[in-house]
Amino acid sequence: MTVANAPVLVAGAAETTSPQHPLTEPASSPRRRASRGLVTYLGLTPFALYVLVFLFIPTILAVTTGFFTEDGAFTLTNIAGLLDPLVLNTFAASFWVSAVTAVVGAVVGALVCYALLGTRADGALRSVIDSVASVLAQFGGVMLAFAFIAAIGLQSLLTLWLKNTVGFDIYANGTWLYQPAGLLVVYTYFQVPLMVITFLPALEGLKRQWAEANATLGGTRLTYWTRIAFPVLAPSFFGSLLLLFANAFSSYATAAALVSQGSPIVPLQIRAALVSETVLGRENMAGALALGMVVVMVVVMWGYSVLQSRTSRWQR
Amino acid sequence: MFRKRHLAGIAIFAAAAITLSACSTAAETPAATDVDAATATSADDFGGLDALVAAAQEEGELNVIALPDNWANYGEIKAMFEEKYDIVVNSADPDISSAEEIAAADNLAGQDTAPDVFDLGTAVALASTDYFAPYQVANWDEIPEGNKESTGLWVNDYTGSMSIGYNSNDVPKPESLDDLLGDDYKGAVALNGDPTQAGAAFAAVGLATVQQGGTLDDFQDGIDYFGELNAAGNFIPVNATPATIASGETKVVFDWSYNNLSQAAVVDGWEVTTLPGAAYTSFYNQAISKDAPHPAAARLWQEFLYSAEAQNLFIVGGAYPVTIEAMNEAGTTDEDAIAKIGNLEGDIVTPTEEQAAAASALLAEKWAAAIG
Amino acid sequence: MTAVKNDSGRLAAVRIGAEPNHVVRWIILGVVGLVFAFPIFAMVEFTFRDGLSGGHTLDHWTGLFDEDAARTYRNLFTAIGNSLLLAVVTVGIVLVVLLPTMILVHLQFPRLRRVLEFICIIPITVPAIVLVVGLAPVYSVVVKVAGGSIWTLAFAYGITVLPYAYRAIQSNLDAVDVVTLSEAGRTLSAGWGRVLWFVLLPNLKRGVLAASFISVAVVLGEFTIASLLNRVNLQTALLQVSQSDPYVAVIFALLALALAFVLLLSIGRLGRTRRTGSES
Repeated sequence: MTVANAPVLVAGAAETTSPQHPLTEPASSPRRRASRGLVTYLGLTPFALYVLVFLFIPTILAVTTGFFTEDGAFTLTNIAGLLDPLVLNTFAASFWVSAVTAVVGAVVGALVCYALLGTRADGALRSVIDSVASVLAQFGGVMLAFAFIAAIGLQSLLTLWLKNTVGFDIYANGTWLYQPAGLLVVYTYFQVPLMVITFLPALEGLKRQWAEANATLGGTRLTYWTRIAFPVLAPSFFGSLLLLFANAFSSYATAAALVSQGSPIVPLQIRAALVSETVLGRENMAGALALGMVVVMVVVMWGYSVLQSRTSRWQR
Repeated sequence: MFRKRHLAGIAIFAAAAITLSACSTAAETPAATDVDAATATSADDFGGLDALVAAAQEEGELNVIALPDNWANYGEIKAMFEEKYDIVVNSADPDISSAEEIAAADNLAGQDTAPDVFDLGTAVALASTDYFAPYQVANWDEIPEGNKESTGLWVNDYTGSMSIGYNSNDVPKPESLDDLLGDDYKGAVALNGDPTQAGAAFAAVGLATVQQGGTLDDFQDGIDYFGELNAAGNFIPVNATPATIASGETKVVFDWSYNNLSQAAVVDGWEVTTLPGAAYTSFYNQAISKDAPHPAAARLWQEFLYSAEAQNLFIVGGAYPVTIEAMNEAGTTDEDAIAKIGNLEGDIVTPTEEQAAAASALLAEKWAAAIG
Repeated sequence: MTAVKNDSGRLAAVRIGAEPNHVVRWIILGVVGLVFAFPIFAMVEFTFRDGLSGGHTLDHWTGLFDEDAARTYRNLFTAIGNSLLLAVVTVGIVLVVLLPTMILVHLQFPRLRRVLEFICIIPITVPAIVLVVGLAPVYSVVVKVAGGSIWTLAFAYGITVLPYAYRAIQSNLDAVDVVTLSEAGRTLSAGWGRVLWFVLLPNLKRGVLAASFISVAVVLGEFTIASLLNRVNLQTALLQVSQSDPYVAVIFALLALALAFVLLLSIGRLGRTRRTGSES
């Protein structure tokens, strides 16, 4: 593989933002354009259809319930309700919890992936960790909440042991486990495995030759990681970080089981609107809140693409 | 290795293909009877109870929703119905709320997994009468007047009394609400949900209100009490579930008597007490879905539920059935069961529709701040 | 400087930064492993508790084999079958619909990459409880067309796993020079089919396997959509079964985790490649 053969990939990046490399062909050259015949566009149809029927239509249906009242009349009151300070606070709380757990999850997950570098891909260790990570990434809801209550709750073995032997009461400043702060700990439990699952394929793409080349050219481990590995891994790392953020942002079964009083984060507000036995007639508010969540994700995605267009410059 | 991968792939697709073809069921054809079960308003419309049983058995299935096995002994009730009439009971979504039951009826309208019958809290029942079909059970007269809608759109089925369950190994038995403010109960008291969302928690605040000397017109006394409990460090904002009770995390729980009693049956050391003085009750409501996929079975379920057999099973579960007075008169009450839970005593209070609505509004405003 | 043998006699590739030290590896894995095992251990300890008095007993586990449990298990076994079927169909959707599309976009429509990425992240931003409001009308049509069987739920699940599967496959696509490989294959006169099957897929194996793993795990752990559409799958059946008893609830949750783990481990071992010479 020579630099001359690399042009198309770099041109792919050039598509988006970076300046043209003298040795590259722009991707929209006649040769490339000709190959994008009708047949190639047809190749996108199955996915497009599938996503249209099962994703767009339900999402639009669900989100537009926010624009109607119970009786079906068009209204903007639900949307206006989004600007209520209480609701804005819940969005802020959700954002903060998701961001923190995404970053912590990404960093710890990346560390675990790093620790797995060099193990045999088909070895026992890798298979076991892959399976454990997949299972734990989806472990959530009532059972996860209970696992943590049993592990570090007020009356758990650990808390009582710490109180009695070391004299350290982890709940001296209030029962944080049952408040958004507790979600920080509990969410990390599925964020880290999710990071391992989605980031490991990227880390495995680090070629041994690069490390050797770095060493031969007199680089240290630091230069290897900062100059070579991180730029290559950055798009995948931030992509996985984004996924972790979205995962935490919308996850509510665990929060519902843990934080039962008040609805401090957005998914719990949605749940309260849809599920309440005592305060009725707020179902359409849930649609408005979901719309708010999609808007937040659009903004985050936009920030992410700006970040990506800068980091993809470092791709070969 | 190449061949093994091919074989594995072929095997998987073959298995999927076979299962898919086996899974495609023919559309369910409605039972051919000359009675339109969906509009029947009593067993007489079928030509008697036996004809109703026959029509229901032809349908063969019943879809129930939001009936946990350990809630007022529904587990045994469903099992007995299955055994007695040889009809399969498909029990879906045991954990959802009344509002979600109605949402499920909407979401599944026209499909054969839609719910046939509902068991709803009062607020939701009153707001959703459009979803119900009127039906009067055979022993309609045994149900007191105030406990049913005149045409049978909804009928009260059972109630509990708001009680306090506690871990007898770790905390002393509370004799009054003030006891719970003491040091013995630090970090111990929990509710079954959020009062702005869950009926049981709402009722707990109601109980606190009347026990503190207030009236159901204004739940502020109850909110203030829980605020005090929280300030004393005795209230924990975790959702009390069977698991948290069994693990010792929630040492004192305000919940319906039937829930606390079912926990006492399973968890060694859990005891239940009802505070003397005012007793807060609230009936749940039984209704038949207008678009039930199995209308005859739904009506048979209703008949069964109000029969002495099933009503006694409610008592075994710790709930007070709506026909208890008639049963006591007729002598059909299960004496042992009622001895275990005691009669419904004290100053019984139940909120009216207006009181409940006012309380909901007040809680929506004040609760989060009081315990936040 | 580069090929010095260190104390353990292995080639000192570790010194040039690519791979971690043996000790570092086991410290990281050990600490993380312990932290993650602790809540599971707490759950296991709970299942052996004898009520609130602090003693321990095997009764909760032996009670699983009681007579009256049979009725509750009937539902559970159907549910496990349903979930496995759903997992197979969902992975099928990922492999047959998503993967070719991602490769196509990567090769031919680089501009659409952001669009695809955004599409694949939307399912995770709308909570399932709201999505079902929109899925319900779609499913009432699907039920009329394809029948009310459980496997049609896989269409919704395919959407649910999109974010995870996309990320796993994309990480791999980024790491492997798909364009050059496909160009090389094409210049050597292979058709697109052969290029896809013989050239690209083997290189994308890790991403595809990771995507399949997470898809199976998502399907086995999915509760909300199945519950709100009143279908029976593993998680809804578990909830039913566990209603009677909190100890049984935790026992079954642990067993479900173990089942998923064993299933994934076997898929992983079945799908592993043997080293056929140097990797590029």
